[in-house]
Amino acid sequence: MKKMVYLAISGGLLMQPAMADDVFFEASGKVSTEATIYVHEGQFANQDYRTNFSLAIEPEFYWDWNGQQDSLTFKPFFRKDQRDNARTHADIRELNWVHLNDDWELRTGISSVFWGVTEFQNLVDVINQKDAVEGLDKEHKLGQPMINLSLVKDWGIVDVYVLPGFREQTSAGTNGRLRAGAVVDASTTTYEASNNSKHTDLAVRWAHSFDVYDMGVHWYKGTNRTPLLTAVTSNGQTVLSAHYQAIEQIGLDLQATVDSWLWKGELIHQTNPIEDFWASQLGTEYTFYGIQDSATDLGVLFEYGKDQRGNRANAFMQNDFGVGARLDLNNTQSTSLFAGVIYDLDFHTTSASIAGSQRLGEDRKLSFEAQVFASENSSDPAAIFAKDDYIKLTLDSYF
Amino acid sequence: MMTKHLTSAIIAGVVIASISGFTFADAAEDKGLAIAQQMKTRDAGWVDMTASMNMVLRNKNGQESVREIRMKVLEVADDGDKSLSIFDRPKDVKGTAFLSFSHTDGADDQWLYLPALKRVKRIASRNKSGPFMGSEFSFEDLASFEIAKYSYKFIKEEACSMGTCFVVEQYPTDKNSGYTKRIVWVDKAEYRMLKTAFYDRKNSLLKTLSAVDYQQYKGKFWRPNAMKMVNHQSKKSTDLTWDSYQFGNGLSAADFNQNTLKRAR
Repeated sequence: MKKMVYLAISGGLLMQPAMADDVFFEASGKVSTEATIYVHEGQFANQDYRTNFSLAIEPEFYWDWNGQQDSLTFKPFFRKDQRDNARTHADIRELNWVHLNDDWELRTGISSVFWGVTEFQNLVDVINQKDAVEGLDKEHKLGQPMINLSLVKDWGIVDVYVLPGFREQTSAGTNGRLRAGAVVDASTTTYEASNNSKHTDLAVRWAHSFDVYDMGVHWYKGTNRTPLLTAVTSNGQTVLSAHYQAIEQIGLDLQATVDSWLWKGELIHQTNPIEDFWASQLGTEYTFYGIQDSATDLGVLFEYGKDQRGNRANAFMQNDFGVGARLDLNNTQSTSLFAGVIYDLDFHTTSASIAGSQRLGEDRKLSFEAQVFASENSSDPAAIFAKDDYIKLTLDSYF
Repeated sequence: MMTKHLTSAIIAGVVIASISGFTFADAAEDKGLAIAQQMKTRDAGWVDMTASMNMVLRNKNGQESVREIRMKVLEVADDGDKSLSIFDRPKDVKGTAFLSFSHTDGADDQWLYLPALKRVKRIASRNKSGPFMGSEFSFEDLASFEIAKYSYKFIKEEACSMGTCFVVEQYPTDKNSGYTKRIVWVDKAEYRMLKTAFYDRKNSLLKTLSAVDYQQYKGKFWRPNAMKMVNHQSKKSTDLTWDSYQFGNGLSAADFNQNTLKRAR
């Protein structure tokens, strides 16, 4: 099925009339150098270190022709990690041919899609698999093969997705940090779908903006991106086995933007072979602009996440609230800072993070991220991170 | 979190049509208003426009930083413009795009596209006085000129580099404006803004904007090739150069939606 996508791309490209002179090409990208310092050595085997270095490169090549009616984007990604072989990995983030027409566009290839409005997690964001070894922020995703037809109507934008092929979630290896005592072993992965990772998933989303509201409604049927992990014995070792369920989900995301207030909500109803359940993420954000007659803006936000499955949920915020503050200096270097705290009302666990970034000169950006886990409760899934408090520095160089 | 500071950094009401407005009190108020109306009328009917904008930001030690933005703007009858701005430099924000539906009445609708996350964010539009991309231009300085945004007072006529200029004071009606007033110099022959002095919330002179090298397009619409904003309090300045102005590109409302925002290049 994945072949279908490649065939569609190459077929589409070949059918283009002599693209000769009017092809526009551009290359850009970034190189990221990363240093992580852990406060303690890890609590599990092979985590007896406190520093880790890593390098990543992500170039982007772009072509367009036919007066921008057709374009191709190729964005490979590669990371080399000092200690964790599983974090040393490559991916095609994007290899996407886009064809435009008057009121529709067709996007064929490998790409990434974001749905959602909230900040701490996005329940409705179901299309792409997470590239979880990239960081805890869940902002990094693996490229997903897809054919996406997008229709632009007066009453909103309708996107139809055919998603051939499934990507397994990445996870830390034997020498990695921020993992459980056992390591996920891909050779033990199981699927609900009889054709395993070859299942073709389907999704439809309608999105519309009117007045102060932006809303989206989606339907998804296919393999769940979030695995159920269970400990099994493989070759005499205890490992984690990932099981990917077949699910059907409907969801809603809504934001109201009123003066300096943002009101946000995401709601899903999922049916899987074990149960049906609802989950929601609700929140608000208020921004104080130009505090103290300076150019600095201060935003404060509050969110609450609830999963009907309770403690059994393999969700990030099953009964948690999060508060956050972000500071934007609006200076030449675009200095910004974000601090957030998430408190778990079931397990009474707190995790806090602070992150900041600023441009250095014209073409570089320096970021830092510090994360603290305070878990008093060893039954909390987050207790595996108890010794993983860290500070991470990243230097991005753009070209 | 670059994304986040951008959110505010970009609320640019973008564009173009400029920074020019004018008026007077009683008689002076009527005359000030009449000048503003004349400016607006003379600049109506451009339909759509594309242009590139280059900004050189300078701090008081003369250190420079460059911003490059391309924009597409659609004139909307009886309402504010629709605009799409695409950021090319600095490179860490390359691909970021900003969509704005401005309204003559009420808050503007604004969305920001963050390419690293492929995320479109609807953002609050009340941040008028914040700096645009760290420059000395605020969002309101770059927003299109609308009559209702100010009350007016004609001060005098005086000689200026373009012959004779009207000098008009403008008082922002929006409580979120960063200014108590602007004093604007407009040439009497063609109603072009030559200079604007901005007074902060304490009514002290904050910035001066000068426009130079006006060119006429389509035999009607005057646009400056360059504008210089000097901040008298921080000693910083921003030079803004316009390039590749093109009118009548056949743009329509269909060129301004979340799909076009996501694929803006």
